[in-house]
This record gives sequence, structure tokens and C-alpha cells, in this order.
Amino acid sequence: MGKVSFGGIAREVCLAYVPEAQVGDYVIVHAGFAISKLDEAEAMEVFALLDEMAASGQVVES
Amino acid sequence: MRFVDEYRNEAAARQFLEAIGRLVTRPWTLMEICGGQTHTLIKSGIDRLLPAEVTLVHGPGCPVCVTPLELIDKAIAIARRPEVIFTSFGDMLRVPGSAADLLSVKAEGGDVRMVYSPLDAVKLAKENPGRQVVFFAVGFETTAPGNAMAVWQARQLGLKNFSILCAHVLVPPAMEAILGAATGDISSRPAIQGFLAAGHVCTVMGYWEYEPIAARYRVPIVVTGFEPLDLLQGIYMALKALEEGRWGVENQYRRSVTRAGNQPAQRLMSQVFEVCDRQWRGIGMIPRSGYRLRPEFADFDAELRFGVTDIAAQESPLCMAGQILQGLKKPHQCPAFATYCTPEHPLGAPMVSGEGACAAYYNYGRAA
Repeated sequence: MGKVSFGGIAREVCLAYVPEAQVGDYVIVHAGFAISKLDEAEAMEVFALLDEMAASGQVVES
Repeated sequence: MRFVDEYRNEAAARQFLEAIGRLVTRPWTLMEICGGQTHTLIKSGIDRLLPAEVTLVHGPGCPVCVTPLELIDKAIAIARRPEVIFTSFGDMLRVPGSAADLLSVKAEGGDVRMVYSPLDAVKLAKENPGRQVVFFAVGFETTAPGNAMAVWQARQLGLKNFSILCAHVLVPPAMEAILGAATGDISSRPAIQGFLAAGHVCTVMGYWEYEPIAARYRVPIVVTGFEPLDLLQGIYMALKALEEGRWGVENQYRRSVTRAGNQPAQRLMSQVFEVCDRQWRGIGMIPRSGYRLRPEFADFDAELRFGVTDIAAQESPLCMAGQILQGLKKPHQCPAFATYCTPEHPLGAPMVSGEGACAAYYNYGRAA
């Protein structure tokens, strides 16, 4: 078990399914169980994609 | 909240909408599998901002909606027993059975309790050795690891007063049933050309299971998350594949999903559960579409422990939840919608749940 902060509200969560998780990591929690450790590099990819699309003129810059 | 707020950024959302607008040359119909995705789409208004050519059909991914009526009636019968503490996730309590719901059993004096995690139910069993604690194990592959862990822990602790009423369902067989039109009225069925697969189901199971489905039916399937930007990107990816004539599985939700999924979770699930045929409320029997406890865990099966039989389930004649769950009708096309059926007095499960399409339409003003 470990303590996870949900935007400031802390709760005990079962971490048995994410044995690699360390203090300070972000996890995805479903019904009291962490089911994945969030991949922080992948999480930013969507913004890189939008920048690319803007640079190639497919969309306007935000 | 970090890794949540970013995906609600309006300027980025407008960029995707613009890209989708430029991409689309003809009509396309997509189905989002998960009710959580339906709620984000309706709440954020994405359904109204997409080009007119794009139709979104809402899928069956609402666990409390597809839990068979017979099992809800069994839950009610078990919850009424004086020795039982009946535990459940909150949204299950108000789902109508044939004649009552679990909340009304509580109002009559039954010991019905809402829990956040199935492990809370195990804890209750440990603290109340004189009572029988039953957990209503509903849900898709996402909740199965937690429920497997609860049963596993109960056995480790030697608990004789814990059991689950198992109603687990699986996504891929339901998708095949929808694509293969194996059930229901096919005459008015919209041709679904692409899917947004449920990101959290795939977090647990991975997405390799969807590859044969995409190949057999030649459809794009995009594993998609739950925030507005996730959904817009998933829709963009599915439409791009359709416009380019491609099919196969793509992964939008890479921050959480890998092809193989969560291995420790899958290992425990397969030790505790085995695949079985399952009745889906409103849809019917789908072969090999559910989990039941393996025979070695029979001591933890509430249906066997309490021997509930002679259940004569009776659906509301007005409710058309089955057609809504299969994407054949939209919620506001039901004559009972927002009149006889409201979240306060639901006739059918999709009006109750935080993942039900009817509740999404009702709560976010899609009444007409």
C-alpha cells in the first residue's frame, strides 16, 4: 500500500501492480489500485505533435 | 492537477478540431467503447464541435449498465439477509432491479455499504467475523485486478466470511458482437467504421487482443484516454486512418498503455478468474465475454454460498437501454427519456451511472 495524492487529497492505494513505482511518481488509479505508472515523456508527446502540425501549416499556432 | 489539466487546454483542443475539419472528406461513424469517454465527449461538447460528417456512437462500456438484471436481483436478495453486510461501488446501489434497488434495501434496514475499493470490503470482513461480507464484483478488465486481489487476500487471511457476487465482463467479445451483429436488431444498426478503445481496460490488458479484430473487420481501433485532448487526438487518428484507407490498432494513450499491458495484474487475474459465457443486460448472451471465479476459489463465490435461486427478472417495458448500449438509438430518442426516466427515478441503468449514456445526455443538456 502507498499514499497517493489526488490533486491534494491523499488516499491509501494498493501499489502491488506497479512494483516499479517510486516516491514522487505519477500513477493511474482505478478503484483503489494503481494500474500503471505514468510515462512522463509520452505524456508530453501530444503537445510536440501539435507544434509539428502548426509548424507544417496543418493548424494555426495556439 | 498535473497530467490532467494539460489535457483540458482549449487552444490545443481547437487545433485538433481544425485539423479534423481539414482531414474529413466524407461521412464517418466512430464508436467510443467506454462510458467514461462518452461523458467527457458530451460534457466538453466535442460531439457538437466535430464536423457534421463525423457521427459518434456510444458503446457498451458502462459496467453497471450491462450487469444482468438477474444478478442485480440476486444482489438484492443477498443484501436482505440479516447476517450480510453487502458492499458495492456507489453507482451500483441505485441501478433498478426488477422490483427494487440496493439503496431501497438499505432504506428498509439492510446493511448495504458503499466502498471505494474491494480491499475495503476485505477489511470489513476481517473486522466483523460474525457477519458475512459480500462484495458486488462488477466491471470490465479495469476492475478485475482489484477484485482478484481482494479474493486472493481473503484466502491468504483465511477469511470464511468474505465472498464476491461476480459479474465481470470483457470488452473484445462485446466489440466482436457489435461488429459481427451477432445479437439484436441489425436493420437499423449504424455501420461502425472505427473504434476508440478504452484506455484503462487496455492499461491492464494491453492492446494485442484488438489486433485480430481490427484485421478481421478491417477497422481502425485507436486506444484512447479520457480527457478532452485524448479524445480529440483519438478521433483524429481514427479519421486519418479511415481517410487513408488504413486499418489496425494505434495507441493514443501511450502515457499509460503498452501493447502487453500490466503483467502482474494479468497474472493474478488469470489465477483467480476464468473466462465464461456472460449475459449482458439489454444485449443478451455473448460467448466467452465474462470472468467467473476458478473452481479452487468456489468458497468465495456468493452465488454458491447463498444459493439464490427462483429469481424471475422483469425489465421495465418502457426502457430501451439495450438499443442504446448497442449504439442503435441515442438516449433522447427513448420516449421515457427525461420524462418517466430521470437520474432521480431511473428506469434503466444507463440513466444512473456516471458512465451511462442516458445520464450524460440528461446531465449535459442533450434532451432534444
